[in-house]
Amino acid sequence: MNAMQRVLTSLSQQEPDRVPYFLLLTLHGAKELGLGIEEYFSKGENVYEGQIRLQKKYGHDCYYSFFYAPIEVEAFGAEVIYSEDGPPNSGTPFLRKDTIASLTTPDAQNSPVLQKVYEATRLLKVDAKDEIPIIGVVMSPFSLPVMQMGFEAYLDLIYNDRALFEKLMEVNIEFCSNFANAQLEAGATAITYFDPISSPTIIPKELYLETGFKVAQKTISQIKGPTATHFASSNVAPIMANLPQTGTAVVGVSTFEDLGELKSLAKQKLTLLGNLNAIEMRHWSIEETKQAVKEAIKKGAKGGGFILAENHGEIPYAIKDETLLAIKEAIEAYGYYPIKN
Amino acid sequence: MSVDIEAFEEALLALNRVDVKHILTQGEHSNNLFEAVEAVVIPTMESIGKKWEKGEVALSQVYMSGKICEEIVGELIPIETQKRANHPNIAILVYRDFHMLGKRIVHTFLRASGYAVIDYGHQESIEEIISYLKRDKVEILLISVLMLNSALHIKKLIDAIHEAKLPTKVVVGGAPFRFDATLHQEIGADALGRSASDVIGIIEELKATV
Repeated sequence: MNAMQRVLTSLSQQEPDRVPYFLLLTLHGAKELGLGIEEYFSKGENVYEGQIRLQKKYGHDCYYSFFYAPIEVEAFGAEVIYSEDGPPNSGTPFLRKDTIASLTTPDAQNSPVLQKVYEATRLLKVDAKDEIPIIGVVMSPFSLPVMQMGFEAYLDLIYNDRALFEKLMEVNIEFCSNFANAQLEAGATAITYFDPISSPTIIPKELYLETGFKVAQKTISQIKGPTATHFASSNVAPIMANLPQTGTAVVGVSTFEDLGELKSLAKQKLTLLGNLNAIEMRHWSIEETKQAVKEAIKKGAKGGGFILAENHGEIPYAIKDETLLAIKEAIEAYGYYPIKN
Repeated sequence: MSVDIEAFEEALLALNRVDVKHILTQGEHSNNLFEAVEAVVIPTMESIGKKWEKGEVALSQVYMSGKICEEIVGELIPIETQKRANHPNIAILVYRDFHMLGKRIVHTFLRASGYAVIDYGHQESIEEIISYLKRDKVEILLISVLMLNSALHIKKLIDAIHEAKLPTKVVVGGAPFRFDATLHQEIGADALGRSASDVIGIIEELKATV
């Protein structure tokens, strides 16, 4: 099986030849090319080259065309702050409660900032053909305001001014679905819908059902391709039953939740993506890494519906190549179906 | 759990400011509002923080609860009389990254509990931080981060504090420390706060050493 067949088989809740695994590497591309992080992310060509090299080196079953989380607020005109050893951050929030009413949707298709994402995706598509899935990324309209206006101001808005919240969601839904569709047009196979604020770790389920859930339903229905919803290491169990109704096919799950229990909750309606601890992974020995992979496979892989990954949606820069290679070796050792206990 | 604490927690999680205020002003500790903070506000906030750690309440509820407490305690008790006598000089900052919510929650929690805290906001320069710590004679520095690389950089700051021979104890908190139980030891922190609810206990413990 090629990577695409393997992933599609698992998504259809069947067992492929072996467990598919996504190493969601971004910053390591810069390391591969010997570039600084800011320079690396300045061109689509760099990210394309980085992804090609990383996939060859670690053998995982996808290309990841994600650049950095604040790229969408950058398209709104916000500042991005680069670091020499970590992901770029969004700078000072650009949106206040009293400026939401005048906020307009940037043109995602023609945004100068986003062209590098489309370029990387188009180049990857040439190499991938239809054999390796290209995973694009959007920040959900519901989670984006943390970078647009700051976490505190956004929580205050959700709790205290629902009309203005809805106005902000209108703008963000239009932008998010356009950005997702532009990536799909450029060649992305599927879109990861990052939505950490919808996690029960961040807001109570009742509030999610009134807000993030409805936003996801509306947005995902406008995205013309498959989506995976990722909670960036936050918990999902209390809302697992609601997720299929958003139209998502895959859920990124936390290391703090039990994969076996999540698998039961998914009821073959969702594929699990996870759940290695990418922070702790920094000091795992080779043996500990292999053991963690083995354990995740044991709990999550039976019957398909499982893609091994770490639980943040982005592997930290500090993770050593040896550890990533150990994941590959562990997949080779323990990941072939039928899974042995 | 006393009747007041149970009702207070319920009112806070429901964001019911009227009931929150009523319990403090009409409840069993209403004769002494400072005592009400000790007996009702602090244990309730600690309980909510622990429930967040166990996944029983959401972070937004921790934040909103703290904010309501801070507002109402501020309304009821004049700022000067809120301050505890003999508590160490405490400062708080976010180091290198730009995620401020964790700091805000801890700061709010401490203020609502009667602790004066100097807020240094977002900081990147070790030299500047050292100069602030000297100027303000900070005995306990609370550092919040969200990103792993920011957490790892705290080690350099702690080394600089030691090199400057400052007596400042460093307490760290934030997501990387929740995902890696040994990270705070690796960077040389004096204590780890897994949630805002830990912070008063940690301060009281460290108080004996500063």
